[in-house]
Amino acid sequence: MPPKRKASRVAAESDEAFQELFQPEYKGKKLTDEINTAEDKWNLLPAFLKVKGLVKQHLDSFNYFVDTDLKKIIKANELVLSDVDPEFYLKYLDIRVGHRSKTPNDKLVLMPPHQCRLRDLTYSAPIFVDVEYTRGRKIIVHTDLEIGRMPIMLRSNKCILDGADDNTMARYDECPLDPGGYFIVNGTEKVILVQEQLSKNRIIVEADEKKGIVQASVTSSTHERKSKTYVITKNDKIYLKHNSISEDIPIVIILKAAGITSDLEILQLVCGSDPNYQDLFVVNFEEAARLEVFTQQQALNYVGKRVKTIRRAGAPKLSQLQEGIEAIATTIIAHLTVSDLQFKEKALYIATMARRVIMTMHNPTMVDDRDYVGNKRLELAGQLMSLLFEDLFKKFNSDFKANIDKVLKKPSRTSEFDALLSINIHSNNITMGLNRAISTGNWSLKRFKMERAGVTHVLSRLSYISALGMMTRISSQFEKSRKVSGPRALQPSQFGMLCTSDTPEGEACGLVKNLALMTHITTDDEELPIKKLCYMLGCEPILGVDSATLHDEGNFGIHVNGTLVGTTRFPGKFVENFRKLRRTGKVSAFISIHTNTHQQAVHIATDGGRICRPLIIVENGKSKVTAEHLLKLKKGEWAFDDFLVHGLVEYLDVNEENDSLIALYEENINENSVPTTHLEIEPFTVLGAVAGLIPYPHHNQSPRNTYQCAMGKQAIGAIAYNQFRRIDTLLYFMVYPQQPMVKTKTIELIDYDKLPAGQNATVAVMSYSGYDIEDALVLNKASIDRGFGRCQVVRKNTIQLKRYPNHTKDILSGMRVDEHGNPIFPHQALGPDGLGEVGARIENGQIYANKFVPTNAGESALGGASEPTNVESHRETPAYYKGPEPSYVDQVMMSVSDNDQALIKVLLRQTRRPELGDKFSSRHGQKGVCGIIVQQEDLPFNDMGISPDIIMNPHGFPSRMTVGKMIELISGKAGVLNGTLEYGTCFGGSKLEDMSKILVDKGFSYSGKDMLYSGITGECLQAYIFFGPIYYQKLKHMVLDKMHARARGPRAVLTRQPTEGRSRDGGLRLGEMERDCVIAYGASQLLLERLMISSDAFEVDICNKCGLMGYNSWCTTCKSSENIIKMTIPCAAKLLFQELLSMNIAPRLRLGDVF
Amino acid sequence: MSDNIVGIEYNRVTNTSSTDFPGHQASGDFSWDIEKFKQNFDIDIKYLTERTANFDLVHIDTSIANAFRRIMIAEVPSVAAEAVYMFMNTSVIQDEVLAHRIGLIPLKVDPDLLSWVDKTQDENNRYTEDNTIVLSLDVVCTKNPNAPKNSTNAKELYRNSHVYASDLKFEPHGSQLEKFKNNPVVPADPNILLAKLRPGQEISLRAHCILGIGSDHAKFSPVATASYRLMPVIDIREPITGALAVNFQKCFPPGVIGINDQGEAYVQDARKDTVSREVLRHEEFDGKVKLGRKRDHFIFNVESTGAMSPEEIFFKSVRVLKNKVEYLRNCPIGQ
Repeated sequence: MPPKRKASRVAAESDEAFQELFQPEYKGKKLTDEINTAEDKWNLLPAFLKVKGLVKQHLDSFNYFVDTDLKKIIKANELVLSDVDPEFYLKYLDIRVGHRSKTPNDKLVLMPPHQCRLRDLTYSAPIFVDVEYTRGRKIIVHTDLEIGRMPIMLRSNKCILDGADDNTMARYDECPLDPGGYFIVNGTEKVILVQEQLSKNRIIVEADEKKGIVQASVTSSTHERKSKTYVITKNDKIYLKHNSISEDIPIVIILKAAGITSDLEILQLVCGSDPNYQDLFVVNFEEAARLEVFTQQQALNYVGKRVKTIRRAGAPKLSQLQEGIEAIATTIIAHLTVSDLQFKEKALYIATMARRVIMTMHNPTMVDDRDYVGNKRLELAGQLMSLLFEDLFKKFNSDFKANIDKVLKKPSRTSEFDALLSINIHSNNITMGLNRAISTGNWSLKRFKMERAGVTHVLSRLSYISALGMMTRISSQFEKSRKVSGPRALQPSQFGMLCTSDTPEGEACGLVKNLALMTHITTDDEELPIKKLCYMLGCEPILGVDSATLHDEGNFGIHVNGTLVGTTRFPGKFVENFRKLRRTGKVSAFISIHTNTHQQAVHIATDGGRICRPLIIVENGKSKVTAEHLLKLKKGEWAFDDFLVHGLVEYLDVNEENDSLIALYEENINENSVPTTHLEIEPFTVLGAVAGLIPYPHHNQSPRNTYQCAMGKQAIGAIAYNQFRRIDTLLYFMVYPQQPMVKTKTIELIDYDKLPAGQNATVAVMSYSGYDIEDALVLNKASIDRGFGRCQVVRKNTIQLKRYPNHTKDILSGMRVDEHGNPIFPHQALGPDGLGEVGARIENGQIYANKFVPTNAGESALGGASEPTNVESHRETPAYYKGPEPSYVDQVMMSVSDNDQALIKVLLRQTRRPELGDKFSSRHGQKGVCGIIVQQEDLPFNDMGISPDIIMNPHGFPSRMTVGKMIELISGKAGVLNGTLEYGTCFGGSKLEDMSKILVDKGFSYSGKDMLYSGITGECLQAYIFFGPIYYQKLKHMVLDKMHARARGPRAVLTRQPTEGRSRDGGLRLGEMERDCVIAYGASQLLLERLMISSDAFEVDICNKCGLMGYNSWCTTCKSSENIIKMTIPCAAKLLFQELLSMNIAPRLRLGDVF
Repeated sequence: MSDNIVGIEYNRVTNTSSTDFPGHQASGDFSWDIEKFKQNFDIDIKYLTERTANFDLVHIDTSIANAFRRIMIAEVPSVAAEAVYMFMNTSVIQDEVLAHRIGLIPLKVDPDLLSWVDKTQDENNRYTEDNTIVLSLDVVCTKNPNAPKNSTNAKELYRNSHVYASDLKFEPHGSQLEKFKNNPVVPADPNILLAKLRPGQEISLRAHCILGIGSDHAKFSPVATASYRLMPVIDIREPITGALAVNFQKCFPPGVIGINDQGEAYVQDARKDTVSREVLRHEEFDGKVKLGRKRDHFIFNVESTGAMSPEEIFFKSVRVLKNKVEYLRNCPIGQ
């Protein structure tokens, strides 16, 4: 009977619940009110971004590096000893960046980052160390010794902008919306892109089905070394393979060498009691028996014999046995440390690898997926900097050691030697090393034989979005050229972690990814406390586990960072308890735990570089975040971290995500046999920052969103609040940028509405004039007159005034005047100081900096010193402006660079109105060039007299299927009529029905189609025209930068053919395919003209007797002028003949009459 | 007269072109007759304000009505700044952008008082007192010493922090002193923001304003827009009554459809209709109503930018059209 009673109680309860529903007010809300948790939980996202920001991953990583990792590096390399003087030592006690020991909270005032940009300096802070060393008999402690300067990541906790409010930022000439996360090295902004790699210290099992090979591999990576260990099958037998062992070692032998001598125990460790596995494994025992390896001693000898030894000179030679021990202790699976020759852990690790291989041999589906995001780790700026710094620091120490050894070697010294005097000599090495690596992007570390190029990139400042997009970019280590689809494909496990749309097209497609909006990348956490915690939660320590029961059914191994640390019989309970502790904040929120039932294992990960994201915890079918919590958030009482602390929200990495059931919406939560564990905060966070700009992306064909992601970065707009203070090589500004009528929540979150890149154009989707085919656009001239699409191009020109060793220097000189006293044409823009005047118009061929170089600059200082210096003569080397359109001088900056040389930057500005051929694009991957500019009166107009800014051809729609663009138009039109900004947020946004309703209410057709009148005839158009605002971006590709034509011009020196390329005023090549056409057509005279006469015609004297080329009507070979014939050949042909002659081949011409 | 109605169907517009020219149709002559035109043609002025005019041209050919529209937009001359000479500009706004903004300001000048600028002349002799009006803008931003404490409002903290169109000052030259004595040149809208300044920043410039036409540059267009729409026609074919009538009424903007005492819908004022075609979406009105527009009834709407009154603009468009016709008539080809 009890069940029935329970049922009736539930019924009664639900009745009551119903009664409550019928009340006009239910828990303070009316029935008509939406349940606000579902609606308002998105507020967690801005809260998250407020705490984390979009580039938090970079900042966290760098902060971790300077605060924690540096100290670890110092600890690992703390002692410098001398080979000469055993008494001497120097010990590093502490290291700090940016502040002295006495004033831990007072950061040193650094040069503001913007000054570094302008003056081509490096934004860096001093690195201080505290050292303890011996001077004679005394031990001296010295604090705050500067050993170099560290480039500082902007807005990291060492940056002066850390925690600065908008006013402070303004005072430093910084944009408060600038995300930071980059370095400034020699005045250029450099980003260290996030690098994606296969995870370290984890077993990855792969199979080659064709060859029947199964291999388990693990890349061990520690501070000291990196090595890769394989367990592979060969002829169904299992071997261990390692780079430092010349031959594959049978698995049984390696296990015996590691101290598991009993065959039974080996079988138990690898196969457990599963007969299938045992059958597969027994062959390996035969192999070991055949090789007569039975004891550990024999096994160690066997291994030792096959170790490739690279011994440093002077090191004692080891016996085979010792080699074997050494190999097992240090080289194989190097990330496990062995103490007191206790090899058990290592043996277990190898056994686990072997077990994974056996499992895969038995069941091929047990392989791991390399492309699975859970098997990837992201390497950030901090890790890369730490590798670099450790390398440099080691070099610094060895240089220092060499230096003191040299001094200490001297038998008698006059005074006591102070080691500190020689430490300063090398301090430049660290500074320069760091600067060079960041500015060139070449990470070359001898320790790991790492040689990586292209690690850093110049931060693209084309627009705010392009800079932001760069900060969230992830580059993969795969080669671009390889034709594999796996690593490029969209992985289901990317959901919510990596943007599904934002990837470039072409060769890097799928290899370069972007982070999604709400992600966090972990940093390393301590492993030891977690191990201890496991034991406290009922995990049996692995060293105490009986081998026989290790792989018993229901006995789960517990792995911490891939290493087996113990077992438990109650994995469910264990995981639950662990998670409880994490939710209460007893354990770091970024430690993940998940169960793998196939491997009977619980995995705990504490390592850095995992991507994770926050999710709302669901318990008993209810979201733990309720309206009350959100109210607190809205009121500002709670921040995002409070949700973490109170266990309402937690971070899951990809592996743990796969262990959970995540509901997209609140209504999807269920309590079935597999209950929902988490609730998504906002579904649109599957997209990244750049893809988040697209309105209604869920209505578009997916490649269109990808195209827009690429184009959004090329859009001209506002760059930053300090954009007019910046002096960059090339900058584009839009004169009147507008925020889009149809926004998305992402747009507001990333402040695109404050730094937009585009304008709301009224678009008529119709055919007009025929100049709109192939995606060309028709622009309204009146709109352009009024400022539509107007942009500015600002270009930097740098002039350096050098000083020469002979005390001469470059100078600037004023203008030269003609006979009327007016400045000569090239000097018209100059001021009295020899620099362009701000505001002056400067045309092609005019000078913006009248620089003079001393004629004797190359002479040595010694000779010139005696001569009088005032008779210096100078040569004119002015900087000419080159360009089809004039520019205006925007700014002139004079400063002094690092090496005391005058640095002058002249900023030239052009304001451009749109013209034929300029490129525009909507936010839906629909790009087009301007095909014609039409007078306003010729354009169609509607009842209200509105004529379109842009006419777009309707053929752009059917094949592209960008329905989102149509909905954007309708929403935008409704917004304009209603005076509101509408939303086109992904998986949400303003509903089309509501928008149509607004249109009808305002007297327009529900469909967005209006009746238009032709501007030319004045009659009504026979079709209704889809008409309304769409946000259009002007892209950086403008005709003015590309136009090129040439009649005559420069030629290459060697071949005398016209030069190539626009920048060299080159010719337009009649290529081989064009040549084929001319040949096929039979236009031989045209061919002759194009290929020779207009190119490199060369008159040459040919001796018809010897067939060689003569000179000046004289054949030098025949010593006569008798048979000389003048003819014209291409200079390239002449060159070929001469080159052949030079290699002892005589090409002889035999000339005959043609006609 | 149904052939005079442009048909508004659910998904297309029919009967858009007029066919009333001589010999086209068996019924009717349609040959041009000035007397007949005089008799038929009708102008009905709905309202006139300083900036807007709304009037109907009835029984006129589309081509003529459209010609007026086009001329008003593009060919009626007006005055705008063309050359801006910068003496000082330390504001954040760039010279070109500031000049562009000044160019777009509508000026209250009678264009008839100026003559055309001869573009063939070189720049030094091009502008004379007969064809050019000089406006000057000289503003320096300073701190306001008696600004209220804790104020964050730039207008309170600084003087001349905002530069408006009204800061442009007319500089009469020569005969202009007399000519513009009673109506000095001022921007039509004084509150157009030109630039924002902060203490220490300064703008000093002269703008030369000349006569031009809208097809040259939109700044010379005397209208914000000038356009027309056709008179809507709502033809209720079958009586619509009761609840249906209420629904029918809702398909139109308020005031278009009335419901009489019998609960029957009738057309109250078709002119107010925006032709949203909402009624065509609803099946229940299928066949009961026919929408259309009168092809020769043009409801003109002229919005002046403020330099001239809208009616003046229209008259000028007529003058321009007359001149064009005169030119054509004198063309040798025409003879």
